[in-house]
Amino acid sequence: MPQQQLDELLGRLPFFTGMSEDELELIAGCGRNVHFEEGETILRQGDPADTFYVIRHGSVAVGNFVPPRGDVVIEAIHDGEVLGWSWLFPPYRSHFDARALSHVRATQFDGACLRGKCAEDPTFGVHVVTRFAEVLMERLQWTHLRLLDLYGNGHSV
Amino acid sequence: MATATQSELLPGAFVPLPFRVAERRQDTVDTWTLTLEPEGEGLGVEPGQFVMVHVWGIGEVPISVSGPPDRPGDPIVLTVRAVGAVSGAICGSEPGSLLGLRGPCGNTWPIAEASGGDVLVVAGGIGLAPLRPVVLHALAHRADYGAVAVLYGARTPGDLLYTDQLEAWRETVAVDVTVDAADTRWKGKVGVVPKLVTTAEFRADAVTAFVCGPEVMIHFTVEALRERGVPDERIFESLERDMRCGIGLCGHCQLGPTLVCRDGPVYSQAEIGALMEVREL
Repeated sequence: MPQQQLDELLGRLPFFTGMSEDELELIAGCGRNVHFEEGETILRQGDPADTFYVIRHGSVAVGNFVPPRGDVVIEAIHDGEVLGWSWLFPPYRSHFDARALSHVRATQFDGACLRGKCAEDPTFGVHVVTRFAEVLMERLQWTHLRLLDLYGNGHSV
Repeated sequence: MATATQSELLPGAFVPLPFRVAERRQDTVDTWTLTLEPEGEGLGVEPGQFVMVHVWGIGEVPISVSGPPDRPGDPIVLTVRAVGAVSGAICGSEPGSLLGLRGPCGNTWPIAEASGGDVLVVAGGIGLAPLRPVVLHALAHRADYGAVAVLYGARTPGDLLYTDQLEAWRETVAVDVTVDAADTRWKGKVGVVPKLVTTAEFRADAVTAFVCGPEVMIHFTVEALRERGVPDERIFESLERDMRCGIGLCGHCQLGPTLVCRDGPVYSQAEIGALMEVREL
């Protein structure tokens, strides 16, 4: 897909809403469209984390392999959501497995490329990191709720 | 929303009436749905109300009805999770055995008042049981409502109630299901049910939300609904408290100035919100 079309595509995704055309162009320069078949592995725990994804269509299970329980799904990522943040922080290794639950269409971004552009333009870098921080904060809040065991029942009659 | 007076509750209020277990179906590892047929007149329970279910020689617990509105003489449907001696005995009741029911107790879901607008049903865990009659009503009167959505969360896929019915409902209304934890066989959403509120399709200025589940789940669901702009007056929640008499006499279920068994269990957030935020009553 030509970069101009990718800019326009990204501008319609909630994660990039409000970014300037110049910023979208910078980001699009590090991105390309990809797709995965159902069951295909997208990220593997411990592998170098040099990419992240914005899911345009489909669902992705994020989890860990936990012996002896096997694969445990921690979260499911859906249309418009971001997958992967390990590319932002050393040692740049994936903390989770990610596997396509359905046919997935996504935009894949080169983390090293984007980190380089963030370093060159600190204002742009702040915008990118702030957006990821918002995603991290939101997911942390939802995780806190799960720790509260929302469906637990204190009654025993 | 109607509140039953004590005189309206008589005579079934004090003496358990005999009901025979006509059918028993296991929903999850610890939850069963029982269909009970009255030996006499029956009770005539409306959606949102509950009955005190008596197991002779063991005790009594409040259970919300999970079937459609019934006229006196109709069977009553109850979904019960076995968490203690009484609820365990109810779940273990074989078809043909007798249970005692008192009631009907409490008020009703204001489902008729929601007509003309959107309906959002948000349930957590066994909280789907008291809301099932709301969904059935909306399905039976589909033309009376705008968008209808059912948002349902449970701990694991194995804890989901009415899984066959959820699929059937999907043909007519929006159904979104999430679980806290799953293995790779689960293809659906993983996360908490308040998160589903953030993406559900409804008109904030024309929706009536019906919420039921543990109070912690209700708390965060209400927060999510408020963030979407749903006014407190149109958020209705069913509270579960330590109900004993079921008719507003003993005071066990007191919540500030209200007795949940008599004035509730269904309240609007506008009515009950401030009381729920008090750390010590």
